[in-house]
Amino acid sequence: METANILDIIHKSEGKAAIISILEDIQEKYTYLPEEALRLVATETGCSLTDVYGVATFYKAFSLKPRGKHCVSACLGTACHVRGAETVVAEFKGQLNLQPGETTPDNEITFETVNCLGACALGPIVVSDGHYHANVTKREVKDIIKATREGTHGSDGASKDYEFSLEASCPQCGQSLIDAAYYIDGHPSIRIDVMTDVGTGWMRVPSLYGNFVKILEHIVPEDALLTPLCPHCGSNLQGELGCLECNAPMGTMNVDGGVGIISICSRKGCSGHILTLNGATI
Amino acid sequence: MITLTINGLRASVEKGTTILEAARFLGFPIPTLCHHEGLSPYGACRLCVVEIGDGPGARLVSSCTYPAEEGLKVRTASERVIKARRMVIELLLASCPQSKVIQDIASRHNVRQQRFRQEYEDCILCGLCVRMCEEQMMAKAIGFRGRGSGRSIGTPFDIRSDVCRLCGGCMQVCPACQLRCTYTEPDKAVCGGCANLSPPCVEKEQFHDMMCYMSPCVACEIRKD
Repeated sequence: METANILDIIHKSEGKAAIISILEDIQEKYTYLPEEALRLVATETGCSLTDVYGVATFYKAFSLKPRGKHCVSACLGTACHVRGAETVVAEFKGQLNLQPGETTPDNEITFETVNCLGACALGPIVVSDGHYHANVTKREVKDIIKATREGTHGSDGASKDYEFSLEASCPQCGQSLIDAAYYIDGHPSIRIDVMTDVGTGWMRVPSLYGNFVKILEHIVPEDALLTPLCPHCGSNLQGELGCLECNAPMGTMNVDGGVGIISICSRKGCSGHILTLNGATI
Repeated sequence: MITLTINGLRASVEKGTTILEAARFLGFPIPTLCHHEGLSPYGACRLCVVEIGDGPGARLVSSCTYPAEEGLKVRTASERVIKARRMVIELLLASCPQSKVIQDIASRHNVRQQRFRQEYEDCILCGLCVRMCEEQMMAKAIGFRGRGSGRSIGTPFDIRSDVCRLCGGCMQVCPACQLRCTYTEPDKAVCGGCANLSPPCVEKEQFHDMMCYMSPCVACEIRKD
């Protein structure tokens, strides 16, 4: 746990009124609320530790114990219950050898029961890492656990697998383009400068591969072309490649200290991109 | 000034006065448990219910939190009020029968039996100690934790709080306190050594600004001898 990270989260929000969102952000980062973090929140926001602790223990969404990498929730609401959720939960308990709310000793899976997921027609329902399994039977429990451990969740889980965080740097001066003070989707963003018709300003893109939004300082039309510049050395990042989707020039950055190259389309509204890692194009 | 009628008696009270204060001012007794002068009203115990309004629109409210309104008609001892109050007493007895305070209230209202499953809780969550700690001792060392059946009162993380001065104020106001002794687990919130007649408060000397509420304090008595 790093104090600076937590201080960042606290200072991003507006003090006392935002205590729940601060705790949510901390929990998202650490999967649980460490004791030191709660103490820090108390001193920084001016709330008493008692109040912070009261909030943290009141809401079921917060956990004071470390949670596993994956989260499996089985619904025990009325509809799921009458459709046999009890036996499904019992099977999970047996297979994972834990009680609801606990985490496996290898810190992989946290299993919990919830009271309703609002999808009663699909019951008994089990959610693992945001993926809904409908009409779960005792027999499927094993597969769900396996899929959860491996992080594979069938068809619509597959697209998620491409999401990973990239460490981008300037190909000219080699300095990091990661902006740790500005998060997009829970990861630090990549920040470069861009020249547009209305002037030069910053542009931020998610460091998460699989998400291609562009956030700009200036308001420009969706089809505007941007000239990417390194914020450190000012060199033009435009490469020779053309976008596969709209043929516009592409901005190029080094990835993970030079093991790969990411090119993103310089057109504001285009999600065109090419990622080359160790010579292989993804 | 606001004019209201309590048990048929017209009274003028200042704006912001609660029904409880007005009724007590006029001499109508209303039993309370979680109410304490000098602490903010909380409305947890529901012992102080009174009936307001007329006919079908009449309803029960907790008088300690309900501010007096112009033309309000209050009945502090109607049949409905007494019935509700006796039910509250039965529920209190069901959860914490060993409390002297609750026993006294029950005896005053002639409640000899309760019809629920008997439990022996050592806390009725009236919140007196929490308010005492926050409002009179300016400490905020203890507070509510969890929710539902898991709700409890104590310090964060169940360890001695940095801001607790061991003043004993929480125990002094607690209606169920006799069973709150945690002397065998000294890391808990309150030492409560009073109950087992051994010298508690060993750390007392560390606190120069301590305000002690234990009277008589067993520790002080023993040390004197």
